[in-house]
Formats: sequence, structure tokens, C-alpha cells
Amino acid sequence: MKLTVNGTEHEIDVEPEMPLLWVLRDVLGLTGTKYGCGIAQCGACTVHVDGVAVQSCQVAVGDVAGAVTTIEGLGTPQAPHPVQAAWIEHQVAQCGYCQSGQIMTAAALLAETPTPDDRQIDDAFWGNLCRCGTYPRIRAAVSAAARKLQEG
Amino acid sequence: MGKGAMIARRAFLMGSVTVAGGFAVGWYSLNQPYAFPLADELPRGITPLTAYVLIDAGGVTLITPRAEMGQGATSIQAALLAEELDVPWDEIRTDPGPPAPAYFNATIIGEGMPFAATDTRWRAEAMRGLGATMGKLMGFQITGGSSTVPDAYDRLRLAGAAARQMLVSAAAARLGLPEDQLTTREGAVIAPDGTALPYTTLAPHARRVPRPRKVTPKDPADWRLLGKPMQRLDIAAKSTGTARFGIDETAPGMVHATVRTNPRRGGGVNGFDAGAAEAMRGVLKIVPVPGGAGVIADNTWRAMQAAAAIRFDWAPSPYPATTDGLFDSIAAAFVHDARDSRLRDDGEVDKTLERGADVSAEYRVPFLAHAPLEPMTALAWLTSRGLEIRAATQIPRFAVKTAARLTGLPEDRIVLRALPMGGSFGRRLEDDYIAQAVELARAMPGRPVKLTWTREEDMTHDFPRPAAIARGRGRVEDGRVTALDLSISSPSVSASQLGRLGLNPMGADTSIVNGAWDQPLAIPHYRVTGYRAPETVPVSSWRSVGASGNAFFHECLLDELIYAAGADPLEERLRLCTHAPSRAVLEAVGEMSNWGRPLPSGAGRGLAFCLSFGVPCAEVVEVSQTPRGLRIDRAFAAADVGRVLDPVNIENQMQGGVIWGLGHAMRAELTYADGRPEQENFDTYPAMRITECPEIKVRALETGDTVRGIGEPTVPPAAPALANAIFAATGQRVREMPLTREVTFA
Repeated sequence: MKLTVNGTEHEIDVEPEMPLLWVLRDVLGLTGTKYGCGIAQCGACTVHVDGVAVQSCQVAVGDVAGAVTTIEGLGTPQAPHPVQAAWIEHQVAQCGYCQSGQIMTAAALLAETPTPDDRQIDDAFWGNLCRCGTYPRIRAAVSAAARKLQEG
Repeated sequence: MGKGAMIARRAFLMGSVTVAGGFAVGWYSLNQPYAFPLADELPRGITPLTAYVLIDAGGVTLITPRAEMGQGATSIQAALLAEELDVPWDEIRTDPGPPAPAYFNATIIGEGMPFAATDTRWRAEAMRGLGATMGKLMGFQITGGSSTVPDAYDRLRLAGAAARQMLVSAAAARLGLPEDQLTTREGAVIAPDGTALPYTTLAPHARRVPRPRKVTPKDPADWRLLGKPMQRLDIAAKSTGTARFGIDETAPGMVHATVRTNPRRGGGVNGFDAGAAEAMRGVLKIVPVPGGAGVIADNTWRAMQAAAAIRFDWAPSPYPATTDGLFDSIAAAFVHDARDSRLRDDGEVDKTLERGADVSAEYRVPFLAHAPLEPMTALAWLTSRGLEIRAATQIPRFAVKTAARLTGLPEDRIVLRALPMGGSFGRRLEDDYIAQAVELARAMPGRPVKLTWTREEDMTHDFPRPAAIARGRGRVEDGRVTALDLSISSPSVSASQLGRLGLNPMGADTSIVNGAWDQPLAIPHYRVTGYRAPETVPVSSWRSVGASGNAFFHECLLDELIYAAGADPLEERLRLCTHAPSRAVLEAVGEMSNWGRPLPSGAGRGLAFCLSFGVPCAEVVEVSQTPRGLRIDRAFAAADVGRVLDPVNIENQMQGGVIWGLGHAMRAELTYADGRPEQENFDTYPAMRITECPEIKVRALETGDTVRGIGEPTVPPAAPALANAIFAATGQRVREMPLTREVTFA
């Protein structure tokens, strides 16, 4: 089957029920997307399908119709996405394991809701666990990224 | 025999190590006895100047042996070296280095000794020195106990200064100038005429310079990096998905694996039927491992699917099968024969309480999983030379020893590369997952096998924080707390955990009472007794270890007594407090939280304090009642770390510790049925989510005279501050965690 990830079309030979998460990690080698729970409880596996944030552990690869964007497709250390730049500026990460998912959630939120209020931020991130407790910095970085994106 | 000598004899003989020699701890004695771990193995062109500094034509690499778990260990170790070495922060490369005795931890053993952190008398200091000597003799390379910064503070600055001195000496010889005319800046030695000799060209000459026996680190007033906000070295990688954790490691020809073993730890397996699993797509091999089986497949998901299809006949647990049974064994240990320690016994507790106790209460804390978001993983393969392991671990040398035992290989043919962790919180002080990866690798010689646990395997095969029960009594007179008697029963973390490392800790386990016995309070009649419950579920160190539960016991009991006395929780604690830095954090948190200012009806404010890992920390939590339940509105934390080395990281660690403490206090527990944990994933083991996270204000003070680590000390006061706030808001005392057993959170 065909799968488009970060603008590249791949031909893959796997069971259609294989979760997108594991196709990304083990078949395509895109390890920025993380496994944390496998049951849509932690959000570490969050990617975009046609711009919508989804938990890739819950998406069978055979059901993916749209284009997938992973953290690697959002930006790079040399050319970070504004959300990633805000994450760097605010030094959000501790262990960093959940942050790919947090950042993908943030990018999808701001694409949909350019100026989220505190409540909208909290609601958007409910599904993204951080065991290190970086929530105060996540809130600050999302607000800063929103301002940056508004300024263009 | 004096009391101190008895304690010394009972508590400090670990394993069969014989301790001899002096207590002097300095750059030379700390670093000299072991050969440079890298000296003989480096490719040509790389020069090691000390065990921590490598220089090649491309630049400087700093060796940061303490594990990066998210706490910022890599960056702070690099900063301590870079500050003295004068290398630009944005050009630094780091490497964890090989497991080596030279990277022993000189601090952590001393911290486990039965001396309060506030005790600076000669015997306590001598015993801490003895702990350092033992750490050296044992080559005890371990990350934990908030010891990275205190252990590294002098040692890495001196190692950086020594390397700098060697480069200056080499430059002086080349230029024919006296050393005192040379300075260093941005990775170069600078001559009086402004000529810059880069370290990269000086290094081969510097290697032949004798290592200095004495070096002087910079005056902190001259620091360029330390003490100022610095950008973590891993921050860009962790913000772009390019950081590579243990789970992301690959090797050519690698295959993937997972395991399922009996969730009744130590129960073993009677047999299993892997017929269905063997026939599944991608499955390469089913391998028996202790307690169960592993599946090696061509990707992780197929391995997990096949493992789920294996039918196991597991043996029953070797310990009581239910939560009630486990707590019964803890409750039954409040007997004289099980008494483990009485490290605090001031005044006349029994006589005072004979006149009547004003508070008498029992408290409980549950078993808790570490559950770092990255599950246990390890990559291993047999090579023609020996064994290669790549894994995230807090105990790399123990892991190598384990691998040597399993394979029969000598340790020098086992290469372990330590990888960054997606959290640990103490979980990777165990090497069970590395042992499994080695077993799987032995089944497929030459093929790199990467083991990845499912979340379910991870949560049901943790070595949890032990449950504990405390019984407290106390008395108040004339508006003051005059007696506090706390007895704590818990299985021993040190016996369980060190036992698995092949060590046999003798004497009292201070972790049963830490965070309670060692508090700087002058309560006239004050006693803390530890009882050692039998080992049931194997247990281990969980962020802040014994203090994680003991502060809940101590500070909730003290709060009850203060209310019984009709006193103010902050004023009474200040009145009782005997330690200036501890008073300072209490005063700070009072000011930050506007203590005393009335809150709206239905809201309440709770205070708790705990001195743990040498750090006094006071926290205030505010809760309010909403139609949907209690809500935590704000939290305030003040802690004294002696010296702030990185204000951004300290803020992050302090906030994270508060969230860790509050989140687990609210909802988390491992309960047991049929011998196994009933919680398998984050749906039933809820961590704090962002929607529940209060506004958190933190302040780091520098009153104390010792540099301390902050990864753990903000955890212990969070739970009691929350419970005390709930009482202030509702009048209800909740004496058992998780608090959701008795109250509802919004």
C-alpha cells in the first residue's frame, strides 16, 4: 500500500491493521514519534493526518487516506517550526520523550485556533501526558508560539 | 560502646567491601587511583586530558558519565567542565563515556547514612568521607539520589581546571613564555600579544604535560556559564524529534523483540504454549526467558502481537496475592522484633504521652509505579569480540556485571553504551530489562536484538515504591506542639534493591524513616521509629525514595497537632525549626503564597515542609471546592540548593517535582489481586494531566553552604501540603493516599 509521510510517498508491505505508529518507527525509521501506552492515553505518538492531530497508535495504517506529517516533517534543528522554536526558547523539555507529541498537538491547535485561551490550551493537551511535569512551560510556549505566528 | 560507634558498625559495612585509608577527597585522590577509562582505546588523533576531557581536531568532547534522565545531568556536568576549561557552550560535544570505576559516585553512599543532612559534626562528616571512599573502592558508578550536582560540583570543575592547566602549560612551552602571562578564552590559550592557540592544536602537546596535582577552580564571581540561565544542550534535539532515546537505537541487521513474563514478580513460569505465536507473520524466534518468554520478530508490533498470543501457565506469587494481604504484612511489623531504627528519640515521649495524646492517627501510602513514559528497552548483540549493549541505565557497571554473569564473558569484552532516557524516576536503577535483552541476543548470535517492553509489561513489572503504614500520636500544651511520636512500617527498599545488585546492606534502612526522623525541628518530646516489614513485592527507589511517603506521614501528623494546639501552621513550624536555611524556605513560601491572607469560602491553604537529600523545601498548596470536586488552584515551593547553577533547570525540576508529588497523591496506586498489579496502563494509573495542573510558583534559595541537587526534594512536601489544604478547605482529614479514596477531584 502507499503512504505519504512528510511529503514523500512510500510503498509499504505490511498488514493493514498495523498501527501507523509502528509503520513510522520500525518500517520508515521515523523514530521521532514515540510509543508510550498503545491505548490513546499518553499522546506521545501524536502525528498529523491532513493537518489533524491523531494518536498514531490508534490508527491502522490501512485506514490512513491522507498525508501524514510527523515531528520530523514539521521542522528541523536548523529550521524549526515556530512551535518548535518556542519549545526551544522556553526550554520546555526535560526528558523530552513526550515532546514530539506535545509539539504536534500544539501545531494542530494553533492551525485551527490561532489565539487559544488558557482553557482551550488545557483542553487541547488533555491527551498528552508528561511524566516530568513540563505543563507550565508547555502553556507558556504555546502562548508564545501563538503570538509569534500572529505576528507572522 | 558509644551510640555512634554502634551505628557505624551496623550501618556502613556494605557487602564484603573492606574500607581502609583516609578520608581526604580532592581532585587528585578522587581521580587518580583509576586509569583513564578512555586512554588506551581511543582512535588516533583524540587526546584525553583527564577522564572527562577529550580533544581532537574537531573540538572538545566532555565526558558526562551521570545518566541523562531528563533532569539535565548532561548539561550541568558539561557546564561544570566547560566553565573551568573555557570552551564555548554552543560548540561543546558530550559523550557519556564508558562504564568505568573512575566515574564512581562519591556522594550517594554517604547520603544513605543515618546522619541528618543538617548534622555537620565530625562523626557525620567523617562517615560521609568514608562513604566517598567506599564509592571509590567499589567503583560505584550510579546516577540517583539527587547526587549528580553535589558529587560533580568540585570534581568536574577541578577536572576542567586541570585540563585547562595542562593546555596552558603546553602553550607556555611552545611560546617560551611563563604560564602566568597566558589566559584562556573560547577554546584557546591566549598569548599577551593576542595570539590564540586553539586547544585543538595544543592537545597533543598537552597530553605529555604531567597532570597537575593541585589546581584551583575559578572564583564563582568570575563564572561565565554557571549561575546564569543556560540553554540545555539537548533542547533543540528534544524539540525536533531528533533526540535518540534508548527505544530509538538501531544497528545494522537489527531485529525487534518484546517479552512477557509473570506479572507475579518472582513467581516463575510452569510452561507456555507458543504454537499460535510461532506461526504469526514476521516472528523469527520464541525464546524462553526467566519467568516467561520473549518474541523476536521483524518489527516491534509483530513481536508484541505474537507475545500476546502466547498462552502462559504462570506460578502464583511468592508473596500475599492481594492488596489487603500486602498491607496486613506491613501492619504486622509494628512489633519489637521488627524494629529497624530509632534515629530520633528526644525528650520523654512515653512519659509525656501517658498524660494523654491529643492526636492519634494512622496513615497509609500505596505501592506506586515509576512508569516513565519511555518503557524499558535495551539493544544487545553478540559480536566476534564479545557483547555490545546499548541501553538507558542509571547503573552501567552493574549492568555490565550482569551481562558478564549471563554470558560468561569477561567484563572487558562487554561494551555498554549508555543512552538518554525518556524519564526514569528511579526505574532504571534496575537492570532486569538489560538482562532480558542479553538473553535474547544470545539466542541469535550476531544479530542486534532490540527489546521493547509494552506499557503493560512495564507497569506490571516495575519494582514499585513500597507501600507503608504510619502510626502517629502527639500532644499539645499551651498552644504548642510538645510531643510527636511517629512509627513507620515499610518493606526495605535498600535490602530489596541492593540485594538484586549483589550487595548486602547491613544495619538500619534509613529510607524507611528518611524525611521524618531527620527534620530540623525542636519538638521537646520527639521520636521516630522505623519497622522493617518483610519483603513481599520486590521494591525499589522511586523519586525521593522514603521521603515520598514519610513526609506525608510526618507533615500531616504535625499539621493535625498544630490545629489541635490552635496554632498557625506556618508560625508554629517556624517556632519549632532549628535550622536557618529551613526557616528561610518556610518564610519564603509564606511570603510567596500570601500566607494568612483569607481565601474565599470553600477554599483552603495547606503547608508542608521536608528536608530531603540535604535540601529543605517548603510548599503551600491552595485548593477550592467546585461543583465537580476539589480543584488545586495554586502551588508554591521554596527550596534551598546552596547554590543555583542553572536557574532555568532548577525552576523546571522544582515544578516537575511538585507535579509529580501532587499527581500521584491525587490518584495513583498499584493495587494487587491474584498476586499481580491491577493497573496496567495510564487509564487505570492516572498521572496528572495538564487540565489538573495548578499555577506553580517556585523559588530557589542559596542560604545553605553546600551545593545540592533538586531532582527529588520538591516531591515529598507536595502530597502533605495538598492533604493539609483539603483539611483547611473542607475540615476533612484524608490520611491515606491516593486521596481520591476519600475525596473527589474536579
